[in-house]
Amino acid sequence: MPSLLRATRLEAHYGWTKVLHGLEFAVEAGGITTILGANGAGKTTTLRAVTGMVRIGGEVTFADRRIDGKATEDIVRLGIAHVPEGRGTFMHLTVEENLRLGAYARRDKARLAEDFERVYQYFPVLAQRRGQAGGTLSGGEQQMLAVARALMLRPRLLLLDEPSLGLAPIVVREIFHIVRTINQQEGVSVLLVEQNASMALELADHAYLLETGRVVMSGLAADVRKDAAIRRSYLGY
Amino acid sequence: MDTFLQQVVAGLATGGIYGSLALALVMIYQATDVVNFAQGEMAMFSTYLSWTLLNAGLPYWLAFFATIAIAFVGGIVIQRVIIRPVERAPILTIVIVCIGLLVIFNSVAGWIYSYIQKPFPSPFPERPVKIGNVVFGAHSLGAIGVTLVVLTCLYVFFRFTTLGLAMRAAAQNPASSRLVGIRVGWMLALGWGLAAAVGAVGGMMVAPMVFLDPNMMAGILIYAFASATLGGFTSPGGAVVGGFIVGVMENLLGTYVSFIGTELKLSVALVLIIVVLLVKPSGLFGRAVVHRV
Repeated sequence: MPSLLRATRLEAHYGWTKVLHGLEFAVEAGGITTILGANGAGKTTTLRAVTGMVRIGGEVTFADRRIDGKATEDIVRLGIAHVPEGRGTFMHLTVEENLRLGAYARRDKARLAEDFERVYQYFPVLAQRRGQAGGTLSGGEQQMLAVARALMLRPRLLLLDEPSLGLAPIVVREIFHIVRTINQQEGVSVLLVEQNASMALELADHAYLLETGRVVMSGLAADVRKDAAIRRSYLGY
Repeated sequence: MDTFLQQVVAGLATGGIYGSLALALVMIYQATDVVNFAQGEMAMFSTYLSWTLLNAGLPYWLAFFATIAIAFVGGIVIQRVIIRPVERAPILTIVIVCIGLLVIFNSVAGWIYSYIQKPFPSPFPERPVKIGNVVFGAHSLGAIGVTLVVLTCLYVFFRFTTLGLAMRAAAQNPASSRLVGIRVGWMLALGWGLAAAVGAVGGMMVAPMVFLDPNMMAGILIYAFASATLGGFTSPGGAVVGGFIVGVMENLLGTYVSFIGTELKLSVALVLIIVVLLVKPSGLFGRAVVHRV
């Protein structure tokens, strides 16, 4: 399968501190790839590097076009939706306004109503809360709102930054289930960054393991799951 | 009773202008955490431009709208050229840049137009309007009307248009805004443009009452600060309501409390700022701002 997103010799710095040391990874078109790693391994930075939120070195291509060095706003317009760490809710705007903003970069505004229907079908709770301020939603609801807002872009690639963080397992399961549905029914490719390795490996087809800004292992998710070292360090059995 | 009503209406007229200017301050403050001390001088300078246009023979309303357009573009240019390079600088740097702008506008206006007061025309008839038995100044009523039209337009723009929504989003959460494709830098520039345009309307409405001179906005800016503080620097609607309250209060205190009169009116605004900051720092309608440290 051809890769939709490919990073080559990817580097990133925060001030003088180098956070990514020449990462190589790819996301297949139509696939779900996960990047696993502990706190501080560089997972969030990797996603921020893809959408131009940090200065980077190396190359990033999306659908065979170089996107490194482009502005975030322009990368989004190519069809990459980034659900950021901390969910990025517009706290004082209503749920509906949050979703309208998700579609801001799209040109075919005619199909907006249809897309509202679609995301409300995935997340009925958001339909109930549509007039409420984003900040009044629970953590799980805000995570759903973040995914829904990303879907309003009709993205080709969805970047998810630790959607499980701080949520009850049952909510995480629900969100992961919807991500799988979106991937299968709409062909949206997914790059998922997670600490919750067992759930991420269940969902993904490819996995990378990150340690202090380097890829230390990669392969099919099923193989990574079976690896003894991974099981000991990340899965706990 | 007649005096009371007249004072209230006159207070609403000036209060609307304080409110407009307060709104301009709040719009920029919310988007960038910067208080634009030059807001009043920008309005003064715009008013001089409209005076030039009027002297060139343009009909009032044409000059009025042309001035708004020039102020809008001017605001954008100021943000792009002067404010943007210091955007990431410490807050004190930006404040000093704004104060520098204030001084520059003031001196340039004095240099071009001199410091001699000039009468500025009102678009409304000179004849007072009689409602019931009470006589009101036509300009006061007209200024209230103009203020309400401006506020309604802004409300509709921010509440119902996609661009307005994008501007609110950019002010609240720049990082998330970029991730949905909003060009945050341009939204800030647009905010400066709108604030300058609103200020220009305020300047043109207040000039017939106070005469046109380079220092005409100094006192008004203090009232605008009092209005924004009273309403809450985080609440655009609150700033406007604060403006009306301050305007009416100023007039009533000046009329009925003998020792205040006209001389101590401005002190009332300053006292109000201090009292609000002591008692309820977030203002009547604002929300307490919490910073993570």
